[in-house]
Amino acid sequence: MKLVENQNMSSHTFTHLDALESESIHIMREVAAECKNPALLFSGGKDSIVMLRIAEKAFRPAKFPFPLVHIDTEHNFPEVIATRDKLAADLGERLIVRSLEDSIRRGSIVIKNPDLPRNPYQSVTLLETIAEFGFDACMGGARRDEEKARAKERIFSFRDEFGQWDPKNQRPELWDIYNTRVHNGENIRVFPISNWTEMDIWEYIGREKLHIPDIYYAHEREVIRRGNSVIPVSHLVQPKPGEKVEVLSVRFRTVGDMTCTAPVESTARTVDEIIEETSTTRITERGATRMDDQTSEASMELRKKEGYF
Amino acid sequence: MNNTTQLLRFITAGSVDDGKSTLIGRLLHDSKSIFEDQLSAISRTSEKRGMTAVDLSLLTDGLQAEREQGITIDVAYRYFATPRRKFIIGDTPGHEQYTRNMVTAASTANLAIILIDARKGVLTQTRRHTYLASLVGVPHVVLAVNKMDMVDYSKQRFEEIVGEYKRFAAQLNLHDVHCIPLSALNGDMVVERGDNLDWYIGPALLELLETIVIDHDVNTSDFRFPVQWVCRPQTEEHHDFRGFMGRIEAGEVSVGDEIAILPSGRTTKVKEIVTYDGNLQTAYAPQSVTITLADEIDISRGDMFVKSSAHPPRVEKEFEATLCWLSEAPLDKNRKYLVKHTTRMAKCLFSRLDYRMDVNTLEQHATDKLNMNDIARVAIKVQQPLVLDSYATDRATGSFIVIDEATNNTVAAGMVA
Repeated sequence: MKLVENQNMSSHTFTHLDALESESIHIMREVAAECKNPALLFSGGKDSIVMLRIAEKAFRPAKFPFPLVHIDTEHNFPEVIATRDKLAADLGERLIVRSLEDSIRRGSIVIKNPDLPRNPYQSVTLLETIAEFGFDACMGGARRDEEKARAKERIFSFRDEFGQWDPKNQRPELWDIYNTRVHNGENIRVFPISNWTEMDIWEYIGREKLHIPDIYYAHEREVIRRGNSVIPVSHLVQPKPGEKVEVLSVRFRTVGDMTCTAPVESTARTVDEIIEETSTTRITERGATRMDDQTSEASMELRKKEGYF
Repeated sequence: MNNTTQLLRFITAGSVDDGKSTLIGRLLHDSKSIFEDQLSAISRTSEKRGMTAVDLSLLTDGLQAEREQGITIDVAYRYFATPRRKFIIGDTPGHEQYTRNMVTAASTANLAIILIDARKGVLTQTRRHTYLASLVGVPHVVLAVNKMDMVDYSKQRFEEIVGEYKRFAAQLNLHDVHCIPLSALNGDMVVERGDNLDWYIGPALLELLETIVIDHDVNTSDFRFPVQWVCRPQTEEHHDFRGFMGRIEAGEVSVGDEIAILPSGRTTKVKEIVTYDGNLQTAYAPQSVTITLADEIDISRGDMFVKSSAHPPRVEKEFEATLCWLSEAPLDKNRKYLVKHTTRMAKCLFSRLDYRMDVNTLEQHATDKLNMNDIARVAIKVQQPLVLDSYATDRATGSFIVIDEATNNTVAAGMVA
């Protein structure tokens, strides 16, 4: 192996990205060492791609001591699913995909309105997948800067046997000593990149030269305007009578379902340009892009209590 | 892209009445870290509650119950950045369960802002917050004397408060104390200096947060490497690879260094320091790395690599510690608990409760029980030896948590004496 100069450390200063990365590696290794049957939730989105790189740094030259798991709403952007499959294959890691369609067929999910976003139903399929494989810990790429309910969640977030989060009754989390213990049937959600911000993610994508789906970069896309949002036209979202289809230069700041993820107008075609845009934006990441968060002031908190991420 | 930005973690201690949430709101607002949609959400809520101005304190309310009741439940983490540094704020509520929440947030902090009301001066809670910051070994303390606007920005009042505070702080083990007069409401000396405190020549709060030197907060001399995970790929390419993965908690290590493996005491040499980005000649705390060794020795998770130094760790089955009890269920001296120290878990018993500390008066009281929020000196017996440093020398190898095996709850935080 090549010998590299330890530049960052030559003056004993550790940059914020070095500090965040080392913390995340430490968290993943704790999960691997202490949990019996962990999994890493991987969607092909930018945050979970950062998680994969951290997992490589944590466990190479060995394979990951856990499988990758994706709960597919089947309303995802095809570019993201393609990236998901390619990255898992390139890394030679096991990818388990479970679909909301399976839960719908089983009758455990009843869709009231086929036009509504499917993200809230992910909790059901996620809990069924946890039960199917007996996972006692699921690592996810959620970050505390994304949303105010997440700002109050622990890195190791205990869930009861119904997969529920009780914000008033969380385990104290001190130093970097994590309590990973659960009884049978209970599980822990672990968020190794809790302390990263949207900006940190982009700086890391740039530093590590990570391949992310093209839709994160500015591109021309057919959209329609509904209220304050710009909505991408797809086979799931077609213009209603009176709505006009426009072609705009846009990029996605987050990716979820095609029905509930709005792009932002942008001409940023490189990571550096996105970093520049991120440093001057006046709207939060999810505020700009997630219609599912805006149904009420507590939407994320309520979904989390029901077993969502 | 700035690749040299450092990360600073700090906490704010004080009650709602001291203007703590307003101070955080002001820091975020004036450093342009509040987004338009957040601002419009809190404007709507302020209006709904019949307020005339936007209440910046609403920015730190996270959960539905808190918004309904106008209280803060638990530790919340906030993030903001300036061109010079990235910041993580551990925001803790100022009311009941204070000790528990503050100890939790302080455990990872480089710095504590202790907030007081200039009209009220140094109160019991100021002493309590300062004591807890010193107990948890927060390296830097900032006394923020808020509401200077309510005392006519009086220099004399500020100096009175600082004098009293410094006399108190001198009794504690605090090495780096800074005092700043400010008005969170008007924004004086928070981000901008304002026009009202011209007599104050020190840095404004944000400037201090951006420039305070934190490089020496980690112990750089005594190498400590708890083994987290043993890496054995057993692939053709890495047939004989056996790497010990973990994070360097203190000090540094180089290829060729002689190390001892504790608790066994066997010695060997460092063969390689492996990372995904290539092998290193030397690695430092707090890097996460993989170490390979010159000899084949039986090593597992929970063992610790150390180099010989002036301050060797102790390997002990019984030790004294300061304990902060966190659980609603009181300590039961007849029960066994689990202690998790670095990467090692062991059964434990509390063999002695020496005294309980009154966090308001700093007096010691004899006790035979421990309730939530109590801080006490205890003696602990563990089933297998732990590799210990005193908390004062090394936060990472001097700290531990106590877990109740029946509920799996974290019931106490401990600091090795």
